[in-house]
Amino acid sequence: DQVLHIVPETFQQVQHLQHLCSTLPLDLWKPLLPEDIWAGKDLHIRVPAPLVQEVKDSLDQHMISYKVLIPDVQELVDQSMPRERSSHRQVPEGYVYTQYHPMEEIYQWMTQIQKSNSELVTQHYLGKTIENRTMYYLQISQPSDKTKKIIWMDCGIHAREWISPAFCQWFVKEILQNYKSDPKISRFLQNLDLYILPVLNIDGYIYSWEKDRLWRKNRSPHMNGTCYGTDLNRNFNSSWGSIGVSYNCNSEIFCGSGPESEPETRAVAQFIKRKKSDILCYLTIHSYGQYILTPYGSTTKPPSNSEELMHVAEKAAAALMGKYGTSYEVGPTSLILYNNSGSSRDWAHVIGIPFSYTFELRDKGIHGFVLPPDQIQPTCEETM
Amino acid sequence: EAAMELPPSHYPASRAAALATGYACYRRGSPGRGLALRAVRRARRQDIDDAGRKYHLELVLEDVLDKDSTVNCTAEVLYHLDNKKIAPDVQFTIEGELKNTDEADNIFYNRIKTLEKELVAENIPDSHGNVSPEMEPIHLLAWVASGYVIWQNSKENTKFQLAQIKRVKQVKRSDEYLEFDYLILLHEMVSQEIIPWQMRVLWHPQHGVQVTQDSRQPKQASE
Repeated sequence: DQVLHIVPETFQQVQHLQHLCSTLPLDLWKPLLPEDIWAGKDLHIRVPAPLVQEVKDSLDQHMISYKVLIPDVQELVDQSMPRERSSHRQVPEGYVYTQYHPMEEIYQWMTQIQKSNSELVTQHYLGKTIENRTMYYLQISQPSDKTKKIIWMDCGIHAREWISPAFCQWFVKEILQNYKSDPKISRFLQNLDLYILPVLNIDGYIYSWEKDRLWRKNRSPHMNGTCYGTDLNRNFNSSWGSIGVSYNCNSEIFCGSGPESEPETRAVAQFIKRKKSDILCYLTIHSYGQYILTPYGSTTKPPSNSEELMHVAEKAAAALMGKYGTSYEVGPTSLILYNNSGSSRDWAHVIGIPFSYTFELRDKGIHGFVLPPDQIQPTCEETM
Repeated sequence: EAAMELPPSHYPASRAAALATGYACYRRGSPGRGLALRAVRRARRQDIDDAGRKYHLELVLEDVLDKDSTVNCTAEVLYHLDNKKIAPDVQFTIEGELKNTDEADNIFYNRIKTLEKELVAENIPDSHGNVSPEMEPIHLLAWVASGYVIWQNSKENTKFQLAQIKRVKQVKRSDEYLEFDYLILLHEMVSQEIIPWQMRVLWHPQHGVQVTQDSRQPKQASE
């Protein structure tokens, strides 16, 4: 069986394709229904092996150009089947880390990850979103009798930055797949615990899948339900509401009705406050721009440990560049990007967490928020 | 007043660089060639009495379709005083040759010219970031044309980037030009806003890209 990719150019071509679909047992992958076939829109169609030549001849006759997307469907199916049970199968079988996943699948993934790695991973309740969805974080912790310092990483505070949750999932997979074999990772885990929040702004993320791909904020209602969303990264209690924000709900940088007004913000802040004496490093992952940003956004006055912060970040950027040559700029948000107040990263530093960074992942704007899935792997690999 | 050196990674330089890149891309781009900013190598700024603020930039631009293909570009951007509501002045020079795209341009031109029905498409790239090979020239044409909109509407406190093509409709013409009506979404970095913008784009392989009409559209009411 083959899967063909066709972009019909004329109405006549569309009609012919619809005719083929109704007379032959073809399997429409995209769109789902023949009536949704449109000129200019991608068509993916699986053709049973005995019909492949006939269909191609017919397309040629009607001057419809096509590409073979999958030359052998069976081969692909076989490849994605679970292999022999081996000790390296620590991650959910068949979970594709090089694709973007909707929230339902990420919830399932978290459960699976904990199940297959229960000696190392525990899933914990963090709080609830404004639409009452449950926020979970994963704790990756090697059993030991010493208390370990914590590295916290959250992804997906802004809904449209899909590469960010993809990175958190990738990160967990990499650690779990390699902690036994990679001496760097195993030494890391002997001394540090990792706390990962794969999607902070769950409601917003779902909204960006279902309604508006470029949505940024959470989904809290304001003004009697006529306006939605607070920018969670302007809602933390660090110079809240002072600069680089809007007090108008219609704005993408609306800071909310007060510091920590949003349940998502409170869930994260309360947890971090409780654990702060053990947290060594706070990381928050965003896109796009290719930056490693240090405090602060609200002022250009450098933080107390600014030299050390910059030094570590510069080493990270250099290591990152070593992988694929991707360049990341390093520096405080207030100088590199713009002024902003109420960011989670600034707040983490202000309450005493020494190493606090915002990562803005690929790219620099050609794709922006809509980064194609073939960039997931290199982005994640270099950021690791 | 003397020109002051600026850190190339800081936002005053990067905003002016984005504007200069948009303009250069508009002037030199085609459905076979889009230019994007790779790096700012050097930036200086100068206040000019009664005129505005001028940025002197040394940039590296890359070909959107071939990241290994880069050129050096020097540019001057003059942001006029606020009270003068005119677009910034941009001048630029590109060192060396840009890749020749005549063949690709002509193939695209002929493909569209021979369509039986006017081309219509939506959401380029799609939600997952995919652009089909057939739509890549349509995508690049929008990228190039958006350079015009970015140039005309940029200020020192804005930084625009094309986020997505919402929809494109070919406009029938009786002459040799190709014309498309685009509705694009621009991302403005400082306010983080997504701004819908409509533009009419004219193109011919020998005559370059032209935006003949454009208008900002209202943001759709959020649910």
